[in-house]
Formats: sequence, structure tokens, C-alpha cells
Amino acid sequence: MQKLFSKGSLYALPIALLTLIPLLVVLSSFLHPQPEIWQHLSEYVLPRVLKNTAILMLGVSAGVLLLGVSLAWLTAVCDFPLRRFFAWSLMLPLAMPAYVLAFVQVGLLDFTGPVQTLIREWTGDSSWFPRIRSTGGVILVLTLAFYPYVYLLARNAFLTQGKRGIEAAQMLGMSRRMAFFRVVLPMARPWLMGGVLLVLMETLADFGTVSIFNYDTFTTAIYQSWFSLFNLPAASQLASILVLFVLALAVAEQWGRGRRHYAVRGGSAERIVLRGAGRYLALAWCSVVLLVAFVIPFIQLLVWVKSVWVLDFDERYPWFILRSIAIAGMAALLVTGLGLILVYAQRRYKDTRWLVRLATLGYAVPGTVLAVGVFIPIAWLDNLLIPVLAYFGVATTQVLKGTLLVMLLALAARFMAVAFAPIDAAMQRITRNQEDAARSLGLSSRQVLRRVHLPLLRGGLLTALLIAFVDVMKEMPITLMTRPFGWDTLAVRVFEMTSEGMWERAALPSFFIVLMGLIPVILLVRKTED
Amino acid sequence: MKRLVLASLLAATSFAHAESVTLYSARNEQLLKPLLDAFTKETGVEVKLLTDKEGPLLERLRAEAQNTSADALITVDAGNLWQASHMGLLKSIKSNTLNENIPAHLRDPKGEWYGLSVRARTMFFNKNKVKAADLSSYEDLANPKWKGKLCLRTSKKVYNQSLVGMMIAQYGEPKTEKIVRGWVDNLATDVFQDDTAMLKAIAAGQCEVGIANTYYFGRLIEAQPTLPVSVFWANQQAEGVHVNVSGAGVTRYAKNPEGAVKLLEWLSSEKAQNLYADKDMEFPANPKIKASPLVTSWGPFKSNVINVSKAGELQSTAVRLMDRAGYR
Repeated sequence: MQKLFSKGSLYALPIALLTLIPLLVVLSSFLHPQPEIWQHLSEYVLPRVLKNTAILMLGVSAGVLLLGVSLAWLTAVCDFPLRRFFAWSLMLPLAMPAYVLAFVQVGLLDFTGPVQTLIREWTGDSSWFPRIRSTGGVILVLTLAFYPYVYLLARNAFLTQGKRGIEAAQMLGMSRRMAFFRVVLPMARPWLMGGVLLVLMETLADFGTVSIFNYDTFTTAIYQSWFSLFNLPAASQLASILVLFVLALAVAEQWGRGRRHYAVRGGSAERIVLRGAGRYLALAWCSVVLLVAFVIPFIQLLVWVKSVWVLDFDERYPWFILRSIAIAGMAALLVTGLGLILVYAQRRYKDTRWLVRLATLGYAVPGTVLAVGVFIPIAWLDNLLIPVLAYFGVATTQVLKGTLLVMLLALAARFMAVAFAPIDAAMQRITRNQEDAARSLGLSSRQVLRRVHLPLLRGGLLTALLIAFVDVMKEMPITLMTRPFGWDTLAVRVFEMTSEGMWERAALPSFFIVLMGLIPVILLVRKTED
Repeated sequence: MKRLVLASLLAATSFAHAESVTLYSARNEQLLKPLLDAFTKETGVEVKLLTDKEGPLLERLRAEAQNTSADALITVDAGNLWQASHMGLLKSIKSNTLNENIPAHLRDPKGEWYGLSVRARTMFFNKNKVKAADLSSYEDLANPKWKGKLCLRTSKKVYNQSLVGMMIAQYGEPKTEKIVRGWVDNLATDVFQDDTAMLKAIAAGQCEVGIANTYYFGRLIEAQPTLPVSVFWANQQAEGVHVNVSGAGVTRYAKNPEGAVKLLEWLSSEKAQNLYADKDMEFPANPKIKASPLVTSWGPFKSNVINVSKAGELQSTAVRLMDRAGYR
């Protein structure tokens, strides 16, 4: 008990509560057992969705590692034509919501899409064309949508590590390939795992993308229980199992990392210059990924935007954009600040580790479920406060709900992991010696934070800010549930259109989401480049 | 300081509901906005609109309980409306205007919600491959003669759940399950995420026949008039086409229930019905009003007059049945 209330917990607990309270609301569903639904689910639904989910997790992890690591290595350490361009442009898919990429790719590649239609016009038959609405198709789309998480973090790792690791290994007689797999990759582990964990959490929580493919995952079962069987307790029970699973995953990762420290710093600026076929292979690889993950879908969006522009663009759009930016900006700052506190608390006080893990679980909970978990306690609090206010003669139906503050806190609960991962990875790079040295020079711990930690964490903080900003721009369920009256954003517009299956008209707000996401993405990668 | 806080709270909350109606909606905004604007213009009553998905909206109403700002709830599908009423979120209203304007089978028997537009879920076929004479009923699509020729939308959409729910009400579970299994056996390709994609697949020849809501067909054919797809009114020799509604009710703890009733009454009136149904190519719920010219051009049909609330009652049964039958 004494441990729970150490000084570190003082920092970590209030932040963790943001996530813990909604999670507890979700967990409390176990007070209402639903044996009948469970029997049905376990017989007809769960076996299939568990298998599907496992396949998806494996496939997407492998996919994002392959893309993220190879592209990060090429643009961070090697040199080949257009490298500087790819370094930032390969981040662009981050700005494209996964469900948007999904409806664009399905629209392009399905039987009725332009590609297969053209093939049929030429050859009369397109039945040999691989089906996009398949397991492979979902894995491909989620990989293309999520690889930037790994790319960005891995790039940070390779940039700070530079050629040095590989040179040292080569001096010890390893081949370059061996050095890459035995030295470079293990040294980048916190970054890679941080990225993959984010991707897995996002994959597990995803509903929009998999439903476009009609690919049933664990999340599908959660939504089915809620929206079709109208059994919220059963849905919450399923969601809590998901949360426990992710917690186990996170703990296993930390455990596997063990007591190792990762503290190489200062990469040399010199790059490995690719020659011959290698140059062109690197160029081709980067181009293909960029084309499929961003350029082609973006062009398709533009085509749709052109067809609905006159119909849908009106004077409200500047407001949708401004509000989206305002919310994303505020939420990103908040979550980055809180993430920094968590990382710092974990560094100083070992016993806060659990709290910190719990604080980042919101990202794995399907957004709509988390939204309800957030809303229920707020409404409860409101219901307590309203009679009190009424006593003072203030008649109202809402005190906290429908305020920006609540919306920001709810978003923070969801995106804590997004800010935490890059800051944590950057913190791993700071050696104890650096801290000790600063201390021995007479700096207080606050001064150490300001003069040693913060400057060294700058890259990680920026990454956190960027991913959080872009993620909040794309977020839908929490914004829908907690927004103040009239605070419609771009994501809300996307919801309005897609709720009636008007995908083409959803292109307009989607296009602006991508556009607004591009600016911070480009700014950030430019910055890490130098 | 305390006074300041209190004063700012006052300022922030006191204008919450002067003469305005707050509407929680699972229908999309650009469909409702023109209507609500017209209502405000005519009556001077302002409407505040908050949109979200049905599930979260109902939970929100439940959590807010007596302190909700919502006066009315508007959504699609009788299944959702039935659920709202079942959760005790709506209150029964007495309005002669509504009872006159909306036929009995399109509203809640207890008067807790009223259908405002009608949506027919019927069959569509590829004109180059199928003759209308080959088609008859939903049940017939389970016949092995359609093997490899049927397209369906996912069973996760409430529209299909309601259709199957109605079949359960009519034929009982065992027979319905057999029909649904027959459908699954006849599928030409995986089920689709939306009606429009499925209609396009019929047009492209990936399959020959399928089931969809007419307004999706209306939108599609308006954009691409040459598509070789036609509507077929199902079950005309039997009980008629399966219809459902979009509709609304007044929330149990409405602060302005009179305003909410006024809004509903207005939405069922001639002027609104024209706007409402035409905008989305649905059928007016008020039988005195004609549908848009494009919609009328599909010809008259007999619709199933079983009360649509059955769909809600049997929704969960339908979902489980579809799970068992392997209809994803």
C-alpha cells in the first residue's frame, strides 16, 4: 500500500485515472453476467473472430515491420537518388485515415472498380485478379495505413544510432547483413516495439476498416453485441478482455526488454552510398510504397472531391477545418505534456511502471466503447452537480458534459499511448551517466529535467506531438460523443456522409483531413532530417 | 472569485433552452438541416442538432437520464426506435395530427415513436441476365436455381436484420433459417459493405440479383441512368414488399415536450413530407403525399403492413439466426 502512494504515483496516478475511470466503467459490466449471449457468441462468433484477429495481428505486425524498418533504414542511413524527398514523403500516409484508405482501395480494386473494369474491357475476364476484399487485402491496407508509426520511430532510432553500430560490428568481423540483424535491429528495439505496439493497439481497436472489408475481428463481435444484440454489458465484457490482452502484450514486451539499456548516441553523418542495382532497387521500393499508400489514393480522393465540391462545399467548411485544428492542437499539446510526465515518473520511480502501462491502454479500446466509458461517469457527475446548481438558482442540463475540457480529457485518455511511445523511446537513449554528471555539477532534479532531459527528448516530443495531432484529427467516436453543441469537425462530416454509405461525398472532408495532416508531417520530418 | 465562477456558469448555461428544441439524431445532418431550417423559419422555434450513431446516442440518453438536453430522438429503422422505447428513453405522446398523418403500421402501438419516411427493401436484378418473370419472393432467392447468382449486403446492417426479423414473424424461426441458409449457399461473392456497392456488382455482372433499399438504387440510377439494373417488387403474390421507416419520438425527460411534438407534427405534414422524402428518395410516410417522380416511376407496389415494431422485437433473434446460418 505504501508503494502505491509513492511520490511517483502522485504524478502518474491522476493521469492514469483519465484512462482508468472509463476502463473501470467498461470492466464493471462483469457485474451483469450475460450467459445467454456468451453462449451464442462462443458457439457461432468467437471461434472465427479470434482466428481472424490473430491472423490480422500477425500479418499487420510483419507488414509494418517490413515496410517501416526497410524504408527507415534506407532513408536514414543510406544514400540514393531522391532520398531526401522520400524521407519526408513516406510519412504522408500517416495523414490518411485507415478507413479512408480502405474505401479508396476497395473502390479502386474491387470487381466493379476501374481497374478490373478496364481489364474486363480489354480481355473480357477479370476473375483471375486477386480479390481485394480478402484477408490479404485487409492486411495490406492496414499495413499501408499504419507503417508510418514504425517508420517514424525506427528512423529516429537509426538516425541517432547512425552507421556507428554497423561499423563496430564490421570491425568485429561481421558481414554487413549480419551486423544489421544482430546489432542494428536489436539496438533499435524500443523504437520498433513501441511502434509495433501502437500499430497492434490501433489494429485491435479498428472497426471502420475491417467493416469496409466485412472482415470479422474481435472488435466486430463487440459491436455486434452492442448494436445488433443491444447488449452493452456483453459488449463491454468483450472489450475488457481486449484490454487485458493488450496489457499482457505490453507487459510481455517490457519483460522481454528486461534490464537492458539502450544508450548509444550521436550517429555519424556519413551515409552508406548505394551503388549499381541497389540504387535503383531502393528507389523502386520507396516509390511503390509511396504510390500505393498515398499518391494513388490521394488522386482518387481528388477525383471524388471534384465531383461533389459544388454540392457540398459551403461556408461552414472553414469552421470545420479550424475546429479540427484547434481540437487536435490542444489535445496534442495536452497529451504530449502528460506523456512527458508519465515517462519522467517512470524513469525516476520504478514502482509507477504499472500505472504508466494502465494509463496507455485507452488506445486499444474500440473508440465507441471508450467514448461511452468516458461519457457515463461524466453524466453521473453532472447529474450530481445539476441539483446543486439548481439550489443556487441555476437551471441547466449540463455542467461538464459538452465542454471542451471534457472532450480534451477524453481524447487524452484515448491517445496517451501515442504520445508516450516516442517520448519513452527517446528517454531510453539518455544514459544514467549523463544524469549523474549533471547532478554532480550541482543541478537540482528540476534543472536536470530542463537542461538535460528536455533538450535530449526534443525529437521524441516532436514525434509525439505530431502523431497525436494527426491521430486526433482523424478520430471520430469520442469527438461525436463529447463534442459541445455545434462543434462539428471534419471527422464529424466524414461520419455524416459514411453513415448513409455516401463514400464519394465523404471524400471532401477526408481530403481536408489529409491536407491538414500533411503540414505537421512535413514540418516534423524536415526537422529530424538535419 | 466564487461569484465570478457562478456568474460565468450562469452565462454559459442559462440560454440552454429558451424556445428551442434539441434533437438527437442518427440521421445525417445534411439530410435534416434543410428541413429543420424550414421548420425554424415557419415557427420561430430553433432546433439544436446533435448527431451520432444510434448505439452511442441511446447510451448517452440513458446516462443523462432526467438531465438530458434532448427533446426528441430521430433515427432510421424501426429496430432502433423499438430499442429506444424498450430502454424507456421515449415517452408516449398523444397527437391527433400524427395519428392522422401516419398509418398505424408505421408507428409504435404505444405512441412512443412515429415513422416519418418509408423505405422499401426489395429485389434488384441485372436486366441483361434475368427476366422479371423469373423473380418472385425473398424466399425464392434461396432456391438452388440462383446458385452463384445472388449478391447480399452484410448481415451487420440493421436493414437486413429487420428483413429477417419480419420473416421470422411471418414464417417462424425454422423456416426462416432454412431460407437464410439457402441465400448463403447461393452467394456469388462475399457479402458487401453497402447497398450501393452491391447494386454496382449486379450492374457489372458479378451477380444477377440482390436485395437493397430503393433509395440507394434511386441515387445510383440518377447518377448513372444507363446501368442495366431494375427494381422488382418482391412478394406481390403474398404479403408484400418489406418496408421499414425512419422515425422519431419525444424523449422521456424532454424539457420542451410541446416543442418536440410540434416538430414531429410538422415533419409529418405535407410540406415537410415532400422535402423529407424527396431529399433522400424515400417514400413519404403520410399516404396523402406522393413520392418524387423518379421514385413513382418504379410503379406502384403492395407493401407488407405488419407493424414495423416487430422488427425491433425480433432483431436479436434475427441476428442469432443469421450467425447460425453463416450469413456474415
